[in-house]
Amino acid sequence: MLVRPRRLLARGVIGMNRRNVHYVGRYNDRRLYPLVDDKLRTKLLAREHGVTTPELIGVVRSQFEVKQVADRVAGRSGFAVKPAKGSGGKGLLVIDRQEDGRYLKPSGAEVTRKDLQRHLSNILSGLYSLGGAPDAAVIEELIRFDHGFADFTYEGVPDIRVIVFRGYPVMAMMRLPTAASDGKANLHQGAVGVGLDLTDGRALRGVQFGRPRTDHPDTGRGLDDLKVPYWETLLNLAAGCYEFTGLGFLGTDLVLDRHHGPMLLELNARPGLAIQVANGQGLRGPLDLVEGLPEGRPVHERVAFSRERLGHAPVPAPERRAGAPEAVPG
Amino acid sequence: MPRTSFYVLVGVLLAVGLAMTLHRHLVMEVPLLPGEEREVWEVEAVVTFQAQGDPVKASLAIPASPPGFRLLTESTASTGYGLNYLDEEGGRRAQWTKRRATGTQQLYYAAQFLVAPGDPPPPPIPPRPPRTVVWESPLGAAAKEVLDQARQRSADPLSLARELASRLADPGDDENVQLLAKRFDAPDLLVRLLHQAGISARTVEGLRLRDSRRRQSTETWVTVHDAEAGRLLINPRDGSTGRPEDLLLWGTGHAPLLEVEGGKDSRVLYSMIQRSIPASSAMQDQLREESLLDFSIHSLPLGEQALFKNILLIPVGALMVVLLRILVGIQTSGTFMPVLIALAFMQTTLTTGLIAFVLIVGTGLLIRNYLSRLNLLLVARVSAVIITVILIISLYSLLAYRLGVNQGLVITFFPTIILSWTIERMSILWEEEGAWEVLIQGSGSLLTAVLAYLAMSEPLVRHLSFNFLGVQLILMAVVLLLGSYTGYRLSELHRFRHLGEERG
Repeated sequence: MLVRPRRLLARGVIGMNRRNVHYVGRYNDRRLYPLVDDKLRTKLLAREHGVTTPELIGVVRSQFEVKQVADRVAGRSGFAVKPAKGSGGKGLLVIDRQEDGRYLKPSGAEVTRKDLQRHLSNILSGLYSLGGAPDAAVIEELIRFDHGFADFTYEGVPDIRVIVFRGYPVMAMMRLPTAASDGKANLHQGAVGVGLDLTDGRALRGVQFGRPRTDHPDTGRGLDDLKVPYWETLLNLAAGCYEFTGLGFLGTDLVLDRHHGPMLLELNARPGLAIQVANGQGLRGPLDLVEGLPEGRPVHERVAFSRERLGHAPVPAPERRAGAPEAVPG
Repeated sequence: MPRTSFYVLVGVLLAVGLAMTLHRHLVMEVPLLPGEEREVWEVEAVVTFQAQGDPVKASLAIPASPPGFRLLTESTASTGYGLNYLDEEGGRRAQWTKRRATGTQQLYYAAQFLVAPGDPPPPPIPPRPPRTVVWESPLGAAAKEVLDQARQRSADPLSLARELASRLADPGDDENVQLLAKRFDAPDLLVRLLHQAGISARTVEGLRLRDSRRRQSTETWVTVHDAEAGRLLINPRDGSTGRPEDLLLWGTGHAPLLEVEGGKDSRVLYSMIQRSIPASSAMQDQLREESLLDFSIHSLPLGEQALFKNILLIPVGALMVVLLRILVGIQTSGTFMPVLIALAFMQTTLTTGLIAFVLIVGTGLLIRNYLSRLNLLLVARVSAVIITVILIISLYSLLAYRLGVNQGLVITFFPTIILSWTIERMSILWEEEGAWEVLIQGSGSLLTAVLAYLAMSEPLVRHLSFNFLGVQLILMAVVLLLGSYTGYRLSELHRFRHLGEERG
C-alpha cells in the first residue's frame, strides 16, 4: 500500500526530510528554539506582545513548592498542569472541577492530591521534557471551549493549528479529540483532523488515522457544518507570532475560549506534516508562493494575502475588529 | 552560495578518500577484496611487573614453531633494556636485562603467525622421564584408586591419559577425584597422576586466538608423550583431546612461561588481532620500513589496533542508521542506540545477542513497572533501573552458566547504561502512548541493530574499513549527501497514500 513518489510530488506534498532541511533548517534559527520549547517563556513573551493566552495561575519550580499547590489552585473551578518544556501534549493534566478537595478530570476520573503532587514532581524532574532536563510546571486556567464546538469533540478541547511561514498563514486545520484519542488532540492517537479553508475558516474535509472521514466518530455530527468563528482574528493572532518569535516556519496552536475568544495555546518550531493529510493537499504550493514574497509587510496585509490567494472561497467582508466576544456565536 | 561549498566539501572528501584507497591498493598492494588471502595473527605479549630497584632479569617463553602456525616476524619494545633471544633446551626464550629499574615496568614482545595447517609438524621436543611423585597421606590412596580404575578401562598410555582426563573433568560422585581436585589444579593433577603411572607428561601454555581481543591470558594444557604411540594434547578442563585450530601453543612447558628476577607482581597479558594478507606476500613478509605516507592502522601497537578494528566499524553502523531513518523513516528508540546494540551483537553473535537483549529489556520493563509505583524522583529511578539491569545480567549469566550454556556469559557485553535508558524510555512510552508504540519503536530499534550488525560483520566491510582509512572519508561524504536529501521517506509513501489516490 504505497503511493508513487511522483504522485505525491505532483500534489505538492512535502516530506519530513524536506521539512527539516529546507524549512526548519533554513528559516528557524536554533537560538530561537528556547522561546517556543519553553511554554512559560512563550506565554510571557506573547503577553508582552498583546497576544491572548490562557491565564497563568502559577509556576512550580521546586519540589518545595509542590506541597503548596493545593492552596494555589483553591477556588479555581478547573485548571491545566503542563510541563514548561514538554512536547506533543506529553505530561498534560487537565482538571475539570474540584469537589471538596478532590480533583476531577473531564472524564469524571478522580485525581487525588497525592496523584497531583506526584505528577508535578515528575514534571520537575524532567520526565516529559526533551532530553530529560529539569523542568518547571505551568498551571493555567482551564480553557472553556466555545459552545459551538460541543458536538465536534469528545471530552477534550479542540484546537486549531495554523502553519505560519515567514509570517503568512499557509495552511490550517482543526483537531477534534475523540474517544479513540482519549480526549487528546493528537492526530496519531486518533483525533480527527479537519482541514480549514484559509479564507473563511470553513471545514474542507476530515481525516482520522489517515483515512477520509465526514463526521465526528463519537457524536456523529457532520463535519461539513464546522465553521470556525472569529476567523480573521484567529489568523491575525497566528501570523503575529512570527513577529515576536522570529521563527520563519512555525506551527501555532490556538483555541477558541467561550469567554476570551481566540487564544494562543502553544508554538512549535518543528510542526508535523499531518496537516497536509487533513487538508488533502500538499504544503509545497503555498510555501513556494510565500517564499518569493518581500519581507516587512504588516500582519493584517499578510493575512489578507493568505485569505485571498491560499483560500478556496471568495473573501468575506472584514470582521469587526478583534476583541473579546460578548455573545456566543451560533 | 553555501550549497556550492557544500558540494566542494563532499567532492574533496570523496576524492581524498578514493585517492587514499587507491594508493594503498596500488602502491602498498593491499587487495580490495578479502579473498585469495592468507590468515595472519598478530599477537602481542605485554609483560608487567614492579621493579624493586635491583638488577632485573625477565625471561618470557616464546614460540619457535608452534604446530599449525608459522612464525613470520617478531619484534620487541622495551626502553633501556638489553635483549637476548635464548635457544635453550626447553625452548626459545626472550630475555630482558637491566642493571637498575624501579616502578612499573612494561616489556613488549610481538609476533606474526601465519595460519599454516599444512606445515609439517615441528620436531618433537624430547620428553623428560616422569618424576617421582610424592603424595600426602590421604591423597596417595585416592590417587592410587583413581589410577587403578582408569588403568582397567584403558589399553595403552594414551588411552589411559584420555580416561584420566575425562574422569577429572567430570568427577561425578567419585570421592577420590573430588578429594584430589580440592588440592590441585586440574592440569597439575593430571600431570602428577600420569607421572605416577610412569608416563611422560607436562603442562603447556596455549593462547586461544580470538580476533580483536585485548588483555587475554593463556590457558594451561597438558601434553602426554609415549615412545610408541606419540604425543597427545589434552584440555584438562573438559577432557577433550587434540589441538583446536585456534589454539596457539606459546611455551613448551619445560620452563615457566614467565620468570622475573628483581621484580614482583609479574604477569603477562596478550592482545591479538586477525589480519588478512595477500597470499603472495605471506611467504616473504618481513618488517618493512613504514613510510610516513603509510597512514595505516597497522603502525599502531597491537592493543590499539584491536580497539580500532571495532571503532572503524562504527561509521558503517551509523551509515545504516542514517539510511534507515532518512530513506526509510524507521522509528528507533534513541538515535544511535541501535549501533551500540549492534556492537554488542558483534561480541555475542546474533542469536544469543537478540535473545539476551529481549530477555533483559523485557525483565527490566516488568521491574520498572513496579518502580514507577514507588513515586521516585527521576534520577533515582533511572539509577535503580541501572542496578536492576546489572542484577538481571548477573542473574542470567549465573543461570546460563549453571545450565551449562557458556554463551550466557556474553550478556555482559551489553552496555548497561544504554540498556537502562532504553528501558526507562520504553516504559514512559508505554505509559503514555501504549504498548503498540513500544512495539513499533522497539522492533524498529532491533531491526536497525540487526541490519547494522549484518553490515558491520560482513567480511568485505571489515576488510575495507580496517585496511583502507580512506573508506572513512568516503562514508563521511555519503552521510553528508544523505543529510541534504529532501525527498520522501519510504514510510511517507504509505503515510500519505490517500493523498495520492485522490484526483489532482
